[in-house]
Amino acid sequence: MNTLIKNGRVIDPTNNHDGIQDIYICQDKILQLGGTVEGFTADKVIDASEHIVMPGFVDINTHLPELGYGQKANIKSEAKAAAAGGFTTICCQPDTKPTIDTSAVAQLVLDNAGSAGFAKVLPLGALTSALEGKTLTEMLSLNKVGCVAMSQVPCTHIDSQILRRALQYASTHNILVILKAEDFSIKDNGCVHEGAISASLGLPGIPSSAETVALAQMIELVEETNARIHVTGISSARAVAMLRRAQQANLPITADVHAYQLHLTEVDIGTFDANFHTSPPLRSSSDKEALIEGVKTGILFVSSGHSPVNLEAKQAPFPETETGISSIEIVLPLMLQFVDQDILTLHQVAERLSQNPANVLGLNAGHLSPQSPADISIINPESTWLVTPENWLSRGLNSPFFGHLMKGQLTHTLVNGRLVYEK
Amino acid sequence: MSSSIQSASTPLKAPDSSHLQLNSQGQLRHFLTTEGLSKALLTDIMDVTESFSSVADKAIKKVPLLRGKTIVNLFFENSTRTRTTFDLAAKRLSADVINLNIATSAATKGESILDTIRNLEAMQADMFVIRHAASGAAHFIASHVAPHVSVINAGDGQHAHPTQAMLDMFTIRQVKKDFSQLKVAIIGDILHSRVARSQIHALKTLGAKEIRVIAPKTLLPSTPSALGVTAYTDLADGLDDVDVVIMLRLQRERMSGALLPSESEYFNCFGLTEKKLARAKTDVIVMHPGPINRGIEMDAAVADGPHSVILQQVTNGIATRMAIMALTLGQHPSSKAL
Amino acid sequence: MKQHLKSTEIEPILDSMAEQLSTMLKQKGIVNPLMIGIHTGGLWVAEKLHQRLGINKPLGEIDISFYRDDYTRMGLNPQVKPSQISSDVEAEHIILVDDVLYTGRTIRAALNEIFDYGRPNSVTLAVLVDRGSRELPLQADVAGLTLDLSPQKQVKLTGPAPLALETNWN
Repeated sequence: MNTLIKNGRVIDPTNNHDGIQDIYICQDKILQLGGTVEGFTADKVIDASEHIVMPGFVDINTHLPELGYGQKANIKSEAKAAAAGGFTTICCQPDTKPTIDTSAVAQLVLDNAGSAGFAKVLPLGALTSALEGKTLTEMLSLNKVGCVAMSQVPCTHIDSQILRRALQYASTHNILVILKAEDFSIKDNGCVHEGAISASLGLPGIPSSAETVALAQMIELVEETNARIHVTGISSARAVAMLRRAQQANLPITADVHAYQLHLTEVDIGTFDANFHTSPPLRSSSDKEALIEGVKTGILFVSSGHSPVNLEAKQAPFPETETGISSIEIVLPLMLQFVDQDILTLHQVAERLSQNPANVLGLNAGHLSPQSPADISIINPESTWLVTPENWLSRGLNSPFFGHLMKGQLTHTLVNGRLVYEK
Repeated sequence: MSSSIQSASTPLKAPDSSHLQLNSQGQLRHFLTTEGLSKALLTDIMDVTESFSSVADKAIKKVPLLRGKTIVNLFFENSTRTRTTFDLAAKRLSADVINLNIATSAATKGESILDTIRNLEAMQADMFVIRHAASGAAHFIASHVAPHVSVINAGDGQHAHPTQAMLDMFTIRQVKKDFSQLKVAIIGDILHSRVARSQIHALKTLGAKEIRVIAPKTLLPSTPSALGVTAYTDLADGLDDVDVVIMLRLQRERMSGALLPSESEYFNCFGLTEKKLARAKTDVIVMHPGPINRGIEMDAAVADGPHSVILQQVTNGIATRMAIMALTLGQHPSSKAL
Repeated sequence: MKQHLKSTEIEPILDSMAEQLSTMLKQKGIVNPLMIGIHTGGLWVAEKLHQRLGINKPLGEIDISFYRDDYTRMGLNPQVKPSQISSDVEAEHIILVDDVLYTGRTIRAALNEIFDYGRPNSVTLAVLVDRGSRELPLQADVAGLTLDLSPQKQVKLTGPAPLALETNWN
């Protein structure tokens, strides 16, 4: 099947391109960008005039609901939602049920995602068995079957000695380790940022030190073991400062922030609105400003942190609700807001959503080059739309953005040259 | 060395609870928190409490106001004291009372809170008095009940205990009359205290001149300024020239949680004795929500001494709850007595 | 509201009420009654009568807000005042005083409230104005002024000093 994307403004940081250009696609690969192709007849032509064409987004942090036979619909619905959000590859964190700590389960994820046929879903192997932080998993086998990295997310109850050994082992095989910076005991039973809102609402707080103490430990261990790590879901200004120093010292540490964390703060919790109960918690506005600056300077790239949960999980007193925001479908408009405000350029958005995560994961993705997989997102940057449960594809209705007007929307998403989403 | 940690700078704007607590005419429909309620409303509550005080003097200690109404004391956290007070208050209003204690440990998790509420509403419950270990529980329940049902918060986690705060305000008003000149010191585990939070909001609304919190750092919130109070870690400095002292109850768990070393060290630093009380004004009043831990929060001389109004607080407890129940269940436009 | 009766015109009515009450009490053989006024206007009238009759026992006051029959419709008036009856009503002869007797619901509420204090031997009702249009079978034993008014017409006692009767008609 031949596809031609005409007249779109192609933005591809890897190839340093920003301009109107046609894209010729043959089967699952990009054939050529620009110019003409002798004898090429397109089976499908997409007119991308006034539209932006970017490499499909790559999400390093998505949580998917239960797996297992008969649950295919859930991987399917979230992979579909991801495609509608412009994501052509999503990494599934290992805290599925069952945990992705054996090749069999990893294979199951790949099979289910493959037959669903929307965004590519790559499993992340658990760093420790059942994520319990006690024994190592067969990282090499997991890697070989398709786990692009090992991850301990979202569990943080792991002894320093075990973490150190896990990092050493992973680095033996040059496997990337993804971690969440959270000190389990400082976090305790906290559920919001320890600050003004926890003081006034009387909710147990999680101080920034819960993040920075764990991050400091990780930085020191990387220094010693030379393991490659990626820290996902950064939330505090102090952590951004620590990461800047570590990256300047050329330590192999990368990090990301969830898109919603760039827009929301503790104040948004209002009167115990559980839709704002997240882990890590939404922190103060000065933390938020530092996170935005971190994205701008490239210390952080962007992930979705997509965590769909059942409605019942949010229908309880605030501290008893499950954490998480279902967010993958609105990551793009959230990032485009910064372009409108002249804080980020479109080029930077493509870097943070596609190029950077693809590079960190070592994927042949996040760029538009001849012979590379045709994973492409086509965007109408001016289209405004109302976020409602009716036009929401994810099965998780835990979103604080319902009723909000968003600007910027996917019109087409192609995965391996196939149109998996069309508005 | 200054013992004042932070002065009261501009506190954070309060999240707006009024849309849930008040009906469209601005009257009390639920009583969940003292935060966001107007001075006029708090004053009304105290005025009505005054009227209910004399009910206990009658031969038949009842008024027929809530006859035929069903009030459910739904306690997810145990408390015989508070529950008994609400039980008595409801009965003196001639209501029918159901007392339910619901265990909520993970092992005994049964129906969801919403299912419990729906079942009770199906049995014609008109009001729920809720006590729960999670902050925000009363708000959660109030946002899900049927339109004619009222919710009273009898204490949710560390967030609020508004009926206690109102009986405390009423007691202060009985003795001190005018709030605008008062310096109030709240001593104890502020960080975990729903009583303190509710008292602070009420005192601010009623125009108290200064509100201080006194505790070791481990028991103070990280940002006292968000509550609009001044924090002290030295008892003597904190008590200087104070008109009202409110002692909070110290819970044993604070020792095991590495927040405090021992009760005796706490008493040495923050326990109230007559000598320490001398730093306050000569007509200072000493309050405590009860039950008192003698020898930990205060010694016997203070607890039983001339400054203590603790027994008055207990007496005012029932009338205060009666007033709040009567005002919320009568959530229609009020008119002057004919 | 227009002033219907000035304070100077009310005083003689109060004199007359006191006289009628005095006669009635003698007839009934009541020597040491307990007078109770209903907040707010009834209390003002009671104070005047209490003085004229030279009653020993302190004047009691009740606010019937907690005994009204319209709580469900109207809610609770936060302006409710405490009720105080300093002596036990058990076995007392009570003189219940109100300013305006209309539907009779206020008196019903007052009687219910008094009976929650104890069992009186008798209750004698004295009102300044009986304006008719009763909805309950209750009558005053002594009425200072009797009017027969339609529901559109309102009459109200203002005070406490000076006392005046205000109406909304000429």
